[in-house]
Amino acid sequence: MHRPSYLAVFWMFARNSLIRDMTFRTNYIIEVIFGVSWALMNLGFYTLIYRLMYADGDGHASIAGWSQYEFFVFIATTILVNSLVEGLFMSNAEELSELTRTGGLDFALLKPIDTQFLVSLQRINWSAIPKLVLALALLAYSIPRIEGLTLSPIQFVLYPLYVIMGTLILYSVMIALAATSIWLGRNQSLYDFWFYITNFSRYPMEIYAGPFGSPLRYAFTYFIPILVVINVPAATLAKPLSAADWPLAGFALFATVASLAFSRWVFQRALLSYRSASS
Amino acid sequence: MLARAQIWWTVFTMCVAERLAYRGDFVLGTTMRFLPIITQIFLWTAVFASSGSGTMVGFTRDDIVAYYLLTMVARAFSSMPGLASGIAGQIRNGEIKKFLIQPIDLVGFSLLARLGHKVVYYGVAIGPFALVFWLCRSYFPGWPPGEYLAAFLLSLVMSFLLGFFLEASLGLAGFWTLEISSLLFVYMLFNFFFSGHMFPLEILPEPWRTWVGWMPLKYLAYFPAAVFLQKIPADQLWQEMGVMALWTLFFFVLCRRMMHAGFNRYSGYGG
Repeated sequence: MHRPSYLAVFWMFARNSLIRDMTFRTNYIIEVIFGVSWALMNLGFYTLIYRLMYADGDGHASIAGWSQYEFFVFIATTILVNSLVEGLFMSNAEELSELTRTGGLDFALLKPIDTQFLVSLQRINWSAIPKLVLALALLAYSIPRIEGLTLSPIQFVLYPLYVIMGTLILYSVMIALAATSIWLGRNQSLYDFWFYITNFSRYPMEIYAGPFGSPLRYAFTYFIPILVVINVPAATLAKPLSAADWPLAGFALFATVASLAFSRWVFQRALLSYRSASS
Repeated sequence: MLARAQIWWTVFTMCVAERLAYRGDFVLGTTMRFLPIITQIFLWTAVFASSGSGTMVGFTRDDIVAYYLLTMVARAFSSMPGLASGIAGQIRNGEIKKFLIQPIDLVGFSLLARLGHKVVYYGVAIGPFALVFWLCRSYFPGWPPGEYLAAFLLSLVMSFLLGFFLEASLGLAGFWTLEISSLLFVYMLFNFFFSGHMFPLEILPEPWRTWVGWMPLKYLAYFPAAVFLQKIPADQLWQEMGVMALWTLFFFVLCRRMMHAGFNRYSGYGG
């Protein structure tokens, strides 16, 4: 049997989505402005916090060991990973519960291509692109301002790799949650759950300290590895490389593979119980 | 008069019943809403660890955590998910026509529906709220004096009305533009940052602080919390309450006027 070229199919999805986005151009522009302003206001909030810390303390300011520009790299990484997830997977995962409810998944199952690939990537959201640009600009602004940081070529290589791994971990969590809609029919609460659980990943893992924080940190690093998603790439770029970081960096690789495998398993199991909808 | 009260009561009980239909999902959703508080506690602990004096703009770490919890109470009263988009949607698809022949108007019906939903919400949410507040009781400085407590309770009721009439006015803008999603985007963005939902407004530098101080948004989240924590000086407390009442009145009048003006120009799109 002829195997489809996944790259060509993906290219077709991207092209169609772009045509669609450009058809509703005003909507596209509003989405872009909204996304970018949201990110900028968030950045403004942390700028204010650091300003207060400088004004109030002894001339140094840090959140759990992250100085202002290191933290900006952290925020840039958050924007980067989130816009990749939003751009590639978010609307598709939302669509999956709709496909289940309406019976549209039948058509996806009939196509001679991997179903998970098809339902995960068929709609690319191009309005996430300007946020990617914003994140890169923020990186370019912040990195030279971090005191005493000299970047080695290996950091430039590792950073994009870890950003991709972070994106894949978030994708795994998302598709596994979305797949449960095949069992449940509809799951609004699970989407809220997605929002709240990824909320933990948006802060440096060092803030989770103390008798309550440490167990939380371990659970969200080793059990559901969402703390790895932003922390590992951000620390790779913003902090000097040290031997102490390697175990976590190695674990990030393992966590990516394990999350992908787990979500694949959940997805396949969910498909087995799909019974189609009345139509 | 009695007939009118009966209509209102019927609508209200109908909306209560409608809301109770999905209570399981609802308890779960309410409890999960507290999860971000956990990260806020850790974040602010880390921020204050770096600050020498232990206070920032008059807030200690405990104050900030108490502040976030109290804004959640305020927002339970003032937030109106889906109200503006719902009204605009009804205008767009023509559903609004039914109010022209029914003995209750659009704004009155929406208000009762909201009230019904909120009453059920408080009935269910009081459990998770009480639990979280009890767990976090050490962050609170204690009960405020009677005057502040009364002002706090009154400000919660007013924040419900203010939130309702403000968002209903936004929705009624649909008579003129049909599609209000971009307007709502802007409103959501401003609401998140300038209502005090994201941080105590004292953090804002001048002149922003003064500007935001004059806007109605701060009464939706910041103000009730600041009253409870006695961050509003005693001599300004009732003056601020008066301003809040004026804003509520302003949006009430605006909302009624927009509705009538809207009906006058309404030409019945949709089926």
